[in-house]
Amino acid sequence: MGAESQTFYQLMRAQGTSRRSFLKFCSLTAAALGLEPVYAAQIAHAMETKPRIPVLWMHGLECTCCSESFIRSGHPLAKDVILKMISLDYDDTLMAAAGYQAEAILDEIPKKYPGEYILAVEGNPPLNEDGMYCIVGGRPFVDKLKAVAANAKAVIAWGACASWGCVQAARPNPTQATPIDKVITDKPIIKVPGCPPIAEVMTGVISYMITFGRIPDLDSRGRPLMFYGQRIHDKCYRRPHFDAGEFVETWDDQGAREGYCLYKMGCRGPTTYNACSTVRWNGGVSFPIQAGHGCIGCSEDNFWDNGPFYQPLSHVGAGFGVEASADEIGAAAAGVVGAGVLAHAGASAIKHWQKIKPKPKSDDHPPHEGDRP
Amino acid sequence: MLDHPSPALSDPPQAEVTAPVYVYELPVRIWHWVMALAITILAFTGFLIADPIWPLQMGQPYNHYMMGDIRFAHFVSAYALVLAMVVRVYWAFVGNRYAREIFLPRVWSRQWRGEFVKTVRWYLLIEPETSKESGHNPLAQTAMFAMFLLGVIFEIVTGFTLYGEGVGYGSWSYDLFTRWVVPLFGSSQTVRTWHVLGMWYLILFVIVHVYMAIREDIMSRQTMISTMINGWRFFKDNRP
Repeated sequence: MGAESQTFYQLMRAQGTSRRSFLKFCSLTAAALGLEPVYAAQIAHAMETKPRIPVLWMHGLECTCCSESFIRSGHPLAKDVILKMISLDYDDTLMAAAGYQAEAILDEIPKKYPGEYILAVEGNPPLNEDGMYCIVGGRPFVDKLKAVAANAKAVIAWGACASWGCVQAARPNPTQATPIDKVITDKPIIKVPGCPPIAEVMTGVISYMITFGRIPDLDSRGRPLMFYGQRIHDKCYRRPHFDAGEFVETWDDQGAREGYCLYKMGCRGPTTYNACSTVRWNGGVSFPIQAGHGCIGCSEDNFWDNGPFYQPLSHVGAGFGVEASADEIGAAAAGVVGAGVLAHAGASAIKHWQKIKPKPKSDDHPPHEGDRP
Repeated sequence: MLDHPSPALSDPPQAEVTAPVYVYELPVRIWHWVMALAITILAFTGFLIADPIWPLQMGQPYNHYMMGDIRFAHFVSAYALVLAMVVRVYWAFVGNRYAREIFLPRVWSRQWRGEFVKTVRWYLLIEPETSKESGHNPLAQTAMFAMFLLGVIFEIVTGFTLYGEGVGYGSWSYDLFTRWVVPLFGSSQTVRTWHVLGMWYLILFVIVHVYMAIREDIMSRQTMISTMINGWRFFKDNRP
């Protein structure tokens, strides 16, 4: 544990990184964060003077896709983040230690660095049955999460699971999977949603925090504005086709071949806040819309219940066993009310007509009476 | 309502109730027809935005601006609707007493509730005729409040929430609405779904509203449709 007192720069030099490579790394990190060139020097200064921040990375109910995404980061490389920028002291997927030795770190770090370490959470705690649906190291995950969060400096919520709940929280949510901000209420939480989040967004958030010593600016839902400030739609390269009204109608039509807008195929770009259309995936190679498939909105709250993914309007009323889009429900209601209006109009017309029509004379006696003897 | 015990006193009040009443002042009438036009355009363009039904359109994007034009018409109508509503709320304070009816149905008044029941019976074809009403009847006031007013406010709030997303972080509609409405509904897509449902709620209102106006014009004891054009309510008979 002696390494934590070293600065980033000392550690990098000890690992054989040249001064030149170090400065290149700082420049690349500044570029990846979208900062002005002068910030490369600031990053270098920060890394020369600040000790490495201990990070504890916990896993709850999740699929590890966030970790899979993270280790593929190209700018900065994930290995640089893990080995040089932070001190990743606990991550049960990536660490060498195992068993009691590994679990002991979760007790040790909060005692040794109270209020200084960052807690990164991948996945979420299920609250039903006292948290029994997720047991890690013999204890409910929710208990361990609360214990480790108690002394953290800040908490990062990796992915849709930790941020919103994701598929395990989809209706009817049998395990009561709960986003971590409902469990940890007294710490700043940075939500980095996505299923998974973009690798460079994950490393970018960490780089920002160690460079500036504070959490990035967040929107009203706790997401970093620099990556989640705009919708995918706002920066989509197919946006001109949207404004022109040129839409793909079926997956193999001429519009699909021409690369038209996928809105009518259910693309959730217009309602999804993420950096996919700017940062893209796999080192900037592509992203779903570029590959010809609409966005499914994986970084949005409730995206799993806002299907079907191939229609622009979501189904409503899934909880009642009836699934229809807002238009179908509205048209049915309008039909019922319209029929009611017609029936009422008919009844009113009959009544009105009866009122106008002169009443039959009351002194007419029934014909059969007159024939009585 | 009951029989008049003294025939000698019955003549002057009769003349009084029969005189036409100036109900809808000019700003209210202009507001009504601006709303009618704006809601028609908003519903029509809203359908097309939620589900662009036109067939595949080919060519370079700079040759067309179809979706852009439709959205522009939607936004302009939305602003017109909001401005008309602002003027209308102002007029509720400075206008005549009929200008306040739809904002505050007098549910606390026993007489109002009695008239409400009578109106419901009238629409159920039980009551032979309505009272003479110079403004809205209590049932109409309730529908105006619950269906029209709340529906329009809901559409304004959710609509400017979605608009703020497009204009972007830091815009007035983002700060005023998007910031808190999207978390309230859960996600932007959910707000969109509810915005469409809200439109259908208003369409239901329009169906009932137009039907009732025509029906009352024919069957009730006072004018309806012409009142929203010239402002005056005329009564068809001289009974109290």
